[in-house]
Amino acid sequence: MVDVQRPLPKTHELDTKAFWAATKNEELTYQRCDDCEAVIFYPRRHCTKCLGNSLTWHTATGRGTIYTYSIVRQSYHPFFRDRVPYAVAWIDLDEGPRLLSEIVGVDDPASLEIGQRVKVAWESHEELSVPLFKPE
Amino acid sequence: MAGQSRDAAIVGIHEFASRDVEGALSPLQIKAESAAYALTDAGLGWGDVDAVYDAGDGGGMSGLTISEYFGLKPNIIDTTNVGGSSYELHAAHAKQAIAAGKARVALLTYGSTAHSNARAIGVGGRGGGVHPADNMDSFVGMTLVANYAMAAHRHMHEYGTTSEQLAEISVATRMHAMRNPEAVKAMEDLEFLDIRETTITDVVNSRMIADPLHLLECCMISDGGGAVVIAAPEVAKDCRKKPVWILGCGEATKYPEIGGDITTSAAAQSAPVAFAEAGITPAELDIAMIYDSFSITVMTILEDVGFCAKGEGGAWVEGGRLRFDRPDDGPALNTDGGGLSSNHPGMRGIFLLIEATRQLRGESCAQVVDAKLAIAHGNGGMLGSRHCAGTVILGGD
Ligand SMILES: [Zn+2]
Repeated sequence: MVDVQRPLPKTHELDTKAFWAATKNEELTYQRCDDCEAVIFYPRRHCTKCLGNSLTWHTATGRGTIYTYSIVRQSYHPFFRDRVPYAVAWIDLDEGPRLLSEIVGVDDPASLEIGQRVKVAWESHEELSVPLFKPE
Repeated sequence: MAGQSRDAAIVGIHEFASRDVEGALSPLQIKAESAAYALTDAGLGWGDVDAVYDAGDGGGMSGLTISEYFGLKPNIIDTTNVGGSSYELHAAHAKQAIAAGKARVALLTYGSTAHSNARAIGVGGRGGGVHPADNMDSFVGMTLVANYAMAAHRHMHEYGTTSEQLAEISVATRMHAMRNPEAVKAMEDLEFLDIRETTITDVVNSRMIADPLHLLECCMISDGGGAVVIAAPEVAKDCRKKPVWILGCGEATKYPEIGGDITTSAAAQSAPVAFAEAGITPAELDIAMIYDSFSITVMTILEDVGFCAKGEGGAWVEGGRLRFDRPDDGPALNTDGGGLSSNHPGMRGIFLLIEATRQLRGESCAQVVDAKLAIAHGNGGMLGSRHCAGTVILGGD
């Protein structure tokens, strides 16, 4: 029997590889522009606000709120189809970035609420960890 | 020289210096760096750019992904790809857009790592082949339906919109489909279980696919195709059928942003441009051909186009208002049966133009009496994350 794995990010993609490298140490990072202080997310090499390209990495606390979510009840993906029902969500980190993830650690995903506080729950893999979230 | 038009000019340039980035930069990064230098050369900033041209060499949906990557929200998105001559066409199109008053500052960029890529062959991946946005999202067990459902859930949360209100869209569309023999045949061929007009109860009692979207709020997956011919007035006057005029157009992108509003689509940017060009208001429209991948797509776009205020779409669609036989209540929705009940092979935009044209010619199966004005609004990509909008206002002869 083939062991079906979660699809994982590519660790060589040039804009995001530093983000994924930091996840190995369970650090959730984001960039801020040195010139205009804009928060940049997803990661890039340039500031989308000013014309600068001097961005500094910061580590987020991993805490945030559910902006919206859905409960997946049907999936044909070989990894996810056996996990239904599960919750996918847009999460607003306290530092600003909005990221897509899954909410784990709940018996009934329908009990989740928009606006609910969540914190990162790392799922470890060989080369990196993926930031899932659970209720705080 | 007679006829010479001086209505657009090149104001900033940059040539990327390195001919070997040694795999350390992606084509997108080269485009962004070059753009920043060219804008600096012009004395302009990102915020001045309102027209984006890209040859699509970075893969699918490039007009959207390049706009998001740069952080731009252009009104003109052009991804003409004719190989090495693409940029001359882009310049020509930019001149047209600027001359027409549809843009002020056009940005053309190019970036390639052909040399680095060639060297990387056989030794595993370098930076290419995956977009950074995709690389942040791909670990999540997101489905297409769940993406739209996230927008629907937030719409319900913010405005009190109900599943019954969203179901109005499915019910009106199915009613129109049942009058269209090709739509009925489509549902038979795709083995729909229950081919008849539906009720709100039918829709909300159908199986939940991704909360809060039910099966009957989701489009079909069909085969299909179509074509549209557009001509100059001097050609149109001698054609067999009455012309349907393109009165106004608008384009826009929408992507996830810090503090962004998932309940508002790119239509909020593209539609006002199209209405301004056409010189009409939403209230004057007889026909609304709105991309119906899901019920929430239509609800969101009806609000963004301006038929009602943001958040009031739920109440606005109630009571069968969108049916073709209620012309006094506003426009008829998707009178061919839409993607929900007639035809959705993946990119439905051409059918919006085709059915709008049928209506303005008086040839629809769900004909609105004396239809004069129509909107065709396409939504490409994903409502709940990143998408492009195209608004076209059409008028009968
Ligand atoms: Zn900046």
